[in-house]
Amino acid sequence: MSQAIHGAIGRRGFLAGTASAAAATAILVSGGAILKPSEAWGYEVKALKPGTMRTLVRMARDIYPHDRLADRFYVVAVKPQDEAAAKDPAIRNLLENGVATLDAAAKSKHGTPFVEVGWEADRVRLLRGMETDPFFQKVRGGLVTGLYNNQEVWPLFGYEGESASKGGYLERGFDDIEWL
Amino acid sequence: MAAQFDLNDDGLVVIVGSGAGGGTLGTQLALKGIRTVILEAGGRHEIEDFQNDEWGSFAQISWLDPRTTSGTWRVAKDFAGLPAWIVKAVGGSTIHWAGASLRFQPHEFKARTTYGEVAGANLLDWPITLEELEPYYARAEDRMGVTRTNGIPGLPGNNNFKVLKAGADKLGYKACHTGRMAINSQPRDGRASCRQIGFCFQGCKTGAKWSTLYAEIPKGEATGNLEVRPNCQVLKIEHDPQGKVTGVVYADGDGNLQRQKARVVAVAGNSIESPRLLLNSASNLFPEGLANSSGQVGRNYMRHMTGSVYGVFEDKVRMYRGTTMAGIVSDEARHDPYRGFVGGYEMETLSLGLPFMAAFLDPGAWGREFTSALDGYEHMAGMWLVGEDMPQERNGVTLHKETKDKYGMPVPNVHFDDHPNDVAMRNHAYRQGAELYNAVGAVRTFPTPPYPSTHNLGTNRMSERPRDGVINKWGQAHDVGNLFVSDGSQFTTGGAENPTLTIVALALRQADYIAEQMGRNAI
Repeated sequence: MSQAIHGAIGRRGFLAGTASAAAATAILVSGGAILKPSEAWGYEVKALKPGTMRTLVRMARDIYPHDRLADRFYVVAVKPQDEAAAKDPAIRNLLENGVATLDAAAKSKHGTPFVEVGWEADRVRLLRGMETDPFFQKVRGGLVTGLYNNQEVWPLFGYEGESASKGGYLERGFDDIEWL
Repeated sequence: MAAQFDLNDDGLVVIVGSGAGGGTLGTQLALKGIRTVILEAGGRHEIEDFQNDEWGSFAQISWLDPRTTSGTWRVAKDFAGLPAWIVKAVGGSTIHWAGASLRFQPHEFKARTTYGEVAGANLLDWPITLEELEPYYARAEDRMGVTRTNGIPGLPGNNNFKVLKAGADKLGYKACHTGRMAINSQPRDGRASCRQIGFCFQGCKTGAKWSTLYAEIPKGEATGNLEVRPNCQVLKIEHDPQGKVTGVVYADGDGNLQRQKARVVAVAGNSIESPRLLLNSASNLFPEGLANSSGQVGRNYMRHMTGSVYGVFEDKVRMYRGTTMAGIVSDEARHDPYRGFVGGYEMETLSLGLPFMAAFLDPGAWGREFTSALDGYEHMAGMWLVGEDMPQERNGVTLHKETKDKYGMPVPNVHFDDHPNDVAMRNHAYRQGAELYNAVGAVRTFPTPPYPSTHNLGTNRMSERPRDGVINKWGQAHDVGNLFVSDGSQFTTGGAENPTLTIVALALRQADYIAEQMGRNAI
């Protein structure tokens, strides 16, 4: 699935346009895309504003923070929201308005947009304030499958997935626990 | 060769549903020479179609038709449109079940007598005893190849079991083993032995686990007396002016309505669809729903007291490797009111893959408390807690007043409130489960709330007196002689045990009764 974001924008294009050392660890907005030079990916948005997409990615990590997961997995996880927004203006409005509301709350409390609030705890407090809203529930609900049903993240959790084609675990460690 | 019967053939037994109840009953009747047709709402997926993929399989085989929920149970909030996690396919929920095959305890057939009056509970003794059912339990165990019966060895213990066993030993529990499982520990009945694949809930890829789909129905079909029609959703049961049922109206795979005549109708659509069908079959003669003079159709819905405990350990467990539920502690299954509740519960190994763990560990939760738990996935052990819940008259299935399905039939609403006894039992079970894992060094434990119901019981219950329930001790409707109920909705009370073995035993017993009654032209 990460291929989809790798391929979404030409590698040459973003390397030429964005490679500055200071920006290397951040997700950048450039034209109609979001980019992360340090992870060598870009994602061209379909319906949402690139800034909105960047905020959703930040939000996704704050909702389900796994420090071992690179940002690209969170992009893949929120990509279905962008795709749904491309098909349904009501969803696009829900997401754009939701992010605007979140940014307004961040500016009021911290003087910056949500993505620039420095501490996770502060961002989480902002999200807690809206966790029953349809916007938040839509984003969180989508992440449950968008993030955890991505087979590429399974090895990072030690989950091995499909086993029947390998003959199950009968000869592959179904009872290999040794510390008991 | 599978039979093909005429819609106007009025000599047939028509069974609605092909799971543990309907699939077994239909096969057994066919083996006895009785011409039978099973109408199954779902499609026919064979073993090669099953997927080691939790969400993929869920979309493939689950019952996802619209349903609504109400009541104080958490499922109504977290999974408002999915009260039950059951299967819509030939084989029914015997595709999804984990294989645990336990007999009821003697006192569980006499809940009202044993437990006495429990405020708010609609307790009743079953109209049958364990002694009456024992021969059929024995036949069911042999037929299903239940381990630790009939000389069949137990399954080997996987990692998850080993943690359970070590904790059980530390706590002084005595009744802990790899379970009585309808999963082949050695080849039997033309089916292979278990390869420790995991994914028992997604359909067994070797056929080691008993399912009516491949362990029963093909044997029935081979007699030439059984026809299974997939993708046929029964909408209504019809009757004559004398109140005998005459057939069913169903929507076939193309959405066309068909009328199948019948000599006998047996309803086995699980405890939500079966009462729904009876209620949707209301007529001038049966204004409150077919077979509902008692007013008990759809009531007394039970789903077992359930919950899970997951523990995270310093070292790896990899609980998902191997048979999902081959591990049990039965020490808490006894009735011992000194614990603060009546009835008892079983502790059984359980694992979910990462995708389902994320959805079910603590539905709706987010933030680091939640994600740090998932970070420990590889170090987790898990158990399911399953015990007797109290039948309550208000808990149950009613027809939704506005929402209709694609055939225009009212959808079912499933209402459930926990009884205080269920809550007390769950809290005890959570405590014991956590203690068990703590005893072997758990660094964290999680009391995980009930999943959408897999054990759906009681909504057409058996009773001695017609005013107390829907059916008699044979599963025959008190009000309609040629109408039967053949699934878990028959259960007068739920017991602590996983219900499938009892459903199969009742179906085998019912087949004898139907054959005998037909032979005497009583029905």
